[in-house]
Amino acid sequence: MTDTSVIISSVQIAELIDLVKKFHGFDFSGYTKASLKRRVTRIMQLKKLSFYDLKHILVNDPHFFQEFLEEITVNVTEMFRDPSFYKALNNQVVPYLSTYQHSKIWCAGCSTGEETYSLAILMREAGLSQKSFIYGTDINTEVLKEARRGIYSLRNIKSYAENYQFTGLKGSISDNFTILYDAASIHNELKQNTLFSVHNLVSDGVFNEFQLISCRNVFIYFETELQERILELFYKSLCHLGYLCLGSKETIRSDAFKKKFKVINQKENIYQKVGT
Amino acid sequence: MGPDKNLLERWRNADILLLGGSAGSFKLLFHIVKSLLPTLNKAVIIVIHRKKNFFSEIEKLFAENSRMSLREIVDKDTLNKNTIYIAPANYHTLIEKDGTFGLDVSEAVWYSKPSIDVTFESAAEVYRERCIAILLSGANQDGAEGLLKLKQSGATTIAQHPEDAEMDEMPRAAINIGAAQYILHTDEIFKLLQTE
Repeated sequence: MTDTSVIISSVQIAELIDLVKKFHGFDFSGYTKASLKRRVTRIMQLKKLSFYDLKHILVNDPHFFQEFLEEITVNVTEMFRDPSFYKALNNQVVPYLSTYQHSKIWCAGCSTGEETYSLAILMREAGLSQKSFIYGTDINTEVLKEARRGIYSLRNIKSYAENYQFTGLKGSISDNFTILYDAASIHNELKQNTLFSVHNLVSDGVFNEFQLISCRNVFIYFETELQERILELFYKSLCHLGYLCLGSKETIRSDAFKKKFKVINQKENIYQKVGT
Repeated sequence: MGPDKNLLERWRNADILLLGGSAGSFKLLFHIVKSLLPTLNKAVIIVIHRKKNFFSEIEKLFAENSRMSLREIVDKDTLNKNTIYIAPANYHTLIEKDGTFGLDVSEAVWYSKPSIDVTFESAAEVYRERCIAILLSGANQDGAEGLLKLKQSGATTIAQHPEDAEMDEMPRAAINIGAAQYILHTDEIFKLLQTE
């Protein structure tokens, strides 16, 4: 239930962005304001803080910022979200990846790791486990700990299993877990092909060269200008003819980047780097 | 009885028509979409509860039967008049100050994603009195709080008459918290929407 008493203005949001940048070095100025406002309101309700309290605690309590960061960024994710995307990836991109001696994949904005492991499972099903490696990155150290742990609630796995069914992949999603009581733990074999580390898309640069970058449902939180800056980062991080995957409802709008990324699958927003 | 004069004037002045519905509203929304005039001069935003992975052909079916242009919202789409926008499944739809849509995958609200509350609240902040919103049939309380926010921001708010709603919990929840300025029977809703 929302508490109608918490109303926060655009001016206050701007004030908060300045404060966070000054004291913690994180720049949220390129984030979409409607979503940011909603997240900040939520934190204030959850913690029963006034706007003044929130500013105070952000400056004076060094531990609070991590929590703030976790709440302000959306960490809702699923394994095999949008099954038709994984189907397209399997049909249109995996054959390309298989031509490489070794392929590197970057899952940008990986949150608690569900998408990274979905990609790991896809590669395993394609028989490319030994020939691929997946980097999962996020701005948030806490969610990365969970990603490394790779333990998910059994209740969620049920919904992931439904997603998996629609992907057309062989096998069963449960082949990838060890189930203990109400938790499912990702097999070590899959974990060995992944590395989770901190990377801030807003401020960090190129750290490797990839055959595939998957950044799904991250751009929705960024304003167009920031999206374009990150598209440039992805462009530089991809090998020649490397692939970029955005979320199902995200799209490249800029004419400059439309020339740099060829559409491979319009519906699923899969692109390929072209030109130099 | 036709819609009252005050309501008609508010209708004519509105730039945004918001429609929210859940269980029992699909057929009604279909007929509404079919009936809307291409000269409506408003942007129409429809939030209907739908399941993910349920490959419904809502957009296709609605588009084939609409005289307006219709699209499922993609991130950063600009709101244009005489266009019907449908909130995609498994996302919340927000509206930014610059008149573009923003999407959000955060937690479900009232077990719903898209949530009607989220879109209504967001529209209330940006478009205020320029909105007219109708909450239709549904089996939960999503939308009531959002309708209240719209009312408080100066928008015009309507609930479908619970007697006419296939599932009356949703309009009733809105009425109970005083969010609906008008409670209209289905035929009155259609009459209003046909008014030029």
